[in-house]
Amino acid sequence: MTNQPNIDGVGDSGQAWYYSDIVKDHFFNPRNFMKMGEEEEFKADGMGRVGSPACGDEMVLWVKINPKEDKIKECRWRTFGCGSAIASTSVLSVMITEKGGMKLEQALKLRPQDIMERLGGLPSRKIHCSVLGDKALRAALNDYFHKSGQHERVIVEGSRIIDQDLKITDHDIEQAVLDGAVTLEDVQKKLKVGVGNPETLPAIEELIKFYKEKYFGV
Amino acid sequence: MLRQVYLDHAATTYTDPKVTKKMSPFLTKEFGNPSALYALGRRSLMAISGARKEVAQILACSPAEVVFTGGGTESDNLGILGVARANKKFGNHIITSKIEHHAVIFACGQLEKEGFEVTYLEVDEFGLVSPQEALAAIKPETILVTIMYANNEIGTIEPIAEIGKALKKYNEEKRKEGKRVFFHTDACQAAGSLDLDVNRLHVDLLTLNGSKIYGPKGVGVLFKKKDVSIQPLVFGGGQEFGLRSGTENVAGIVGLSEALKLSQADKDLENKRLISLRDYLWQGLNKKISRLKLNGHPEKRLPNNLNFSILDIEGEAMLLYLDEMGVQAATGSACDSESLEPSHVLLALGMPYEMAHGSLRLTLGHCNTKAHMDYVLKIMPGIVEKLRELSPVHMSLKKGEDRPHPEYKKHK
Repeated sequence: MTNQPNIDGVGDSGQAWYYSDIVKDHFFNPRNFMKMGEEEEFKADGMGRVGSPACGDEMVLWVKINPKEDKIKECRWRTFGCGSAIASTSVLSVMITEKGGMKLEQALKLRPQDIMERLGGLPSRKIHCSVLGDKALRAALNDYFHKSGQHERVIVEGSRIIDQDLKITDHDIEQAVLDGAVTLEDVQKKLKVGVGNPETLPAIEELIKFYKEKYFGV
Repeated sequence: MLRQVYLDHAATTYTDPKVTKKMSPFLTKEFGNPSALYALGRRSLMAISGARKEVAQILACSPAEVVFTGGGTESDNLGILGVARANKKFGNHIITSKIEHHAVIFACGQLEKEGFEVTYLEVDEFGLVSPQEALAAIKPETILVTIMYANNEIGTIEPIAEIGKALKKYNEEKRKEGKRVFFHTDACQAAGSLDLDVNRLHVDLLTLNGSKIYGPKGVGVLFKKKDVSIQPLVFGGGQEFGLRSGTENVAGIVGLSEALKLSQADKDLENKRLISLRDYLWQGLNKKISRLKLNGHPEKRLPNNLNFSILDIEGEAMLLYLDEMGVQAATGSACDSESLEPSHVLLALGMPYEMAHGSLRLTLGHCNTKAHMDYVLKIMPGIVEKLRELSPVHMSLKKGEDRPHPEYKKHK
């Protein structure tokens, strides 16, 4: 347990508001969200749901596909979560539908930092709030692939078990890094990974380095 | 439209103009070092001893038992670490509760690193510590019990006098064996509205600070009974009976004593006013918004505290909207903290995570009026409606159907 604040208590952007203007705009004026009772009328081709209110964030994303061009035609969403979770879903919905819609191939490659970049950045402790969007999108596209019989296109989010005893995967470590773990000790505090299996430590350190670079560029 | 409705008095209060007026000379012409021999210094020293006497009068103790510190956190640390380290030879066990302020919890955590053992008492679903359980947790090695007077998040008032009395009885029985369990309470949240007589509370140590009672920030008090030995945390010139070295914060000390005096003198009337405003707000919110749940004890709570969960939405999003409308509030949601866990206090009540994520704390104060409550009642339903509209939680339900409230975890 720690309650040590960052020195950037006011927010990384250094602005008077905690979030960037883009975040603020999308939070107060969310785009493309699914209105009450609109679900049936919308006739989605795919739907993805990730998270749960118990973890603090839950997101549902619906997509309509243009099969001819293999593009996303329309998108709707609903999010339970904080300001940055709501804003990042809203901005994602814009990113995948603007300019005639995003190619599915490209949509499958979207990463959390693409969303963050478009938002004009997020305070560092808020990054984990924005990582559900791309996951929900992939889930919705997988749902579409299943429903349209394109089973060969379904992406299986593979994971690799790092610590056999604790059944901890590379995804768990990825999540720990996104949740703010920086050192091996931080990750161990969260996951207890490698405590009983010291031979796994080099692999864990390698993964921490990889995910730190992937998400934070350090 | 109202431009600002401040409803976060449990976080901190503004400094009362009457208080700043008393402080002002000591920030300007009366700048002398209280340890100095000349008149300029002696006047500073006199101001401090005057303040000490006033605080002692309110606590019903001797001025020599009042130690001025750099704030509530420091007083908690000095009381807990100080007693534990000075009394290590008598035992290494400490009892506290799961809902203490971090200034207490992390001080206890530090002691665990130093070889002490700490028992964190469970609380019931209202946040109450049981005096019986506190007593039952005592072991031959126990040297200290520390329980907060009133909780900063949910406002629950703990049975301090009852625990104190039980400990006193225990200590009398054990006197022959040369054993004694000391009792500390963190009264920071209670200082403005509850009885602070240390004899009626039966405490050996008590913490309070300026920034919750319309006094200045960065100044606190540790009441320490004469016969309790403690070890200092700060070493130097030996100020504050050698327990808190460093040139005294004269203006802060003068301000703290004035603020304490004012709030204690007003407390009966002000408590009544705050309770009526708060209850008006709570009843109004319930009339206008569905699926609210009060957190904390329905009666044994601070007059100014309202803490509740709004189901299906998340607290930080709520705060951002309120802030945009000029209302300052707090939440126990993880998204408002550094860690990813929601408030340890709410979780200790057995509250399900999703309810903790949707918690909102409104704490009233001197500046609030009925017009403020009406303003909140006016804007809140729209904000909740908007966020619930965005929330997927309701989705799988038929029209008019409500999801059952998530269940509290049962203790034991």
